[in-house]
Amino acid sequence: MTTAHRRKSYGVKGAPYGFLLPATILFALFFALPIGYAVWLSLHKVRVVGLGLGSGARSEVWAGVENYTDAFTDSELLDGALRVLGYGCIVVPVMLGLALLFALMLDSDRVRLAPFTRLAIFLPYAIPGVVAALLWGFLYLPDVSPFYYVLQKLGMPQPDLLDGGPLYLALSNIAIWGGTGFNMIVIYTALQAVPAEVYEAAKLDGATPLQIALRIKIPMVAPSLVLTFFFSIIATLQVFSEPTTLKPLTNSVSTTWSPLMKVYRDAFGTGDVHQAAAEAVIIALATLVLSFGFLRGANRRNKQEAAR
Amino acid sequence: MSSLAVHQVPSAAGATGAARGRPPLRRRIALVPTLTLLLGALYCLLPVAWVVIASTKSGRELFTTFTFLPGTGFADNLRDLDAYRDGVYWQWMGNSALYAGLGALLSTCVSAFSGYALATYRFRGRETMFNILLAGVLMPPIILAVPQYLLMAKAGLTDSYWAVLLPQVLSPYGVYLARIYAAAAVPDDVVEAGRMDGASEWRIFTRIALPMMVPGLVTVFLFQFVAVWNNFLLPYIMLSDDEKFPITLGLFTLLEQGANTPALYTLVITGAFLAVIPLVALFLVVQRFWSLDLLSGAVKS
Repeated sequence: MTTAHRRKSYGVKGAPYGFLLPATILFALFFALPIGYAVWLSLHKVRVVGLGLGSGARSEVWAGVENYTDAFTDSELLDGALRVLGYGCIVVPVMLGLALLFALMLDSDRVRLAPFTRLAIFLPYAIPGVVAALLWGFLYLPDVSPFYYVLQKLGMPQPDLLDGGPLYLALSNIAIWGGTGFNMIVIYTALQAVPAEVYEAAKLDGATPLQIALRIKIPMVAPSLVLTFFFSIIATLQVFSEPTTLKPLTNSVSTTWSPLMKVYRDAFGTGDVHQAAAEAVIIALATLVLSFGFLRGANRRNKQEAAR
Repeated sequence: MSSLAVHQVPSAAGATGAARGRPPLRRRIALVPTLTLLLGALYCLLPVAWVVIASTKSGRELFTTFTFLPGTGFADNLRDLDAYRDGVYWQWMGNSALYAGLGALLSTCVSAFSGYALATYRFRGRETMFNILLAGVLMPPIILAVPQYLLMAKAGLTDSYWAVLLPQVLSPYGVYLARIYAAAAVPDDVVEAGRMDGASEWRIFTRIALPMMVPGLVTVFLFQFVAVWNNFLLPYIMLSDDEKFPITLGLFTLLEQGANTPALYTLVITGAFLAVIPLVALFLVVQRFWSLDLLSGAVKS
């Protein structure tokens, strides 16, 4: 038996590595290599000899942290980071608040039309960010917008949605519209996984639906909420296609509105890939620090609550 | 089967069924939740309703008639869109279908292999490999896309279909989903029984495990399809020849040209409307096969 088993497991031994081979090769080529190359680029710069003509006149030399210090003192990058932080402070709480609200409503007793509304709220997930920004962009344009039409008929002031403070709201709205449904489904599925007996005792004790939602349901789905927060923070810091799409419609969105747009501009607009690489590395690190910082904070709170 | 979990147990259906016996009408409908959800649905459907109606308007009607009043120019708009640069719009649609379809298919295969290996075998470095693959989820696309472009340029592959397809084949999220699904759906003793019968590891995978993993893999395919179809940054960086553009990039360039010429607005709007149709249709058709419960990791075998 043991010898037979050993003989069998010989062929088994290599199998998992074989199955993982395609993923490993792809990871090496399209994840590890580009990341390594980005780090390498960020630590180098171009030195131009003479007029920079002819072969060998332009060479890449070690730059140390020069690109990084440049990036940290670059006001465009800092402004972009602040804009995105402000934008994230609107998007993440509102989107997840709505997602939680809708999930709780879907999960409540005697609610009507739940399959229809669930599908309708999830629908924007199927619409690309570019198309979403385009649709909302037109709805923000005074010439074609129904909102302006109504405001005009009522004789109310018509704010410019694509400028100043309202621009943040306009952009946030696009992200909230696109992301609420997906997060709602994640939270709703977690709610569905909670066994009904958990609520029975509370119901017998005369707890109202609101009390059940606040005291039982929300704590029960806390892990899903942490997960949706985590991924929403990452996605929000990477905002690119929505402001890029709105750019043709307004002068208020600059080519460096978000940090990612700034990296794109530096890499392909001004052609300084070394600087762009340093910025990309900083954004990646900042994203990791922020998202994992949140995760650790959330875990610590959970542990404290469990200990109490 | 867990794939239908979301649809099998809608609390609403159960509750209304149970409520049938109770007489007073106002007790039967929970008014606040229903209205809240209807408001949410209205908000989510509004821009879609707008684009459907706006695409029927002629350029003049767009600016003069009430927003939600249908126009008369849909056929003309379609003809204009079809005529735009010799029908490049349809080329964009085809490209998107190719990138998303083929990309998602390859991605699903890779996820299936990896997820199966990570779920059913015990081997050295398993968790390390899984964690490294998973870390890919957290990598911002820009830190990958810029060096990917430069490396592709060195390989002479920029501005080609490969440049958009290849970087999206490995989906860390797909590997993760395939692993948790395989762990729940493929019992260890079934794999062991296959081994006892002398089946090769490959045969066990293709004949026994793969059929069991199908519902989970459909989900992986759909997620990746949506992710590739919706991707903008990667093609934006990689491509310059508009014959190879996916629909997202094509519409963006159309908007860029059209923003200053309101005459092109109708073209952009009609294009956006048609671009929404395939994914929404796919979505409505396959939503019952889409095991969304995988999202929260709540797989029950």
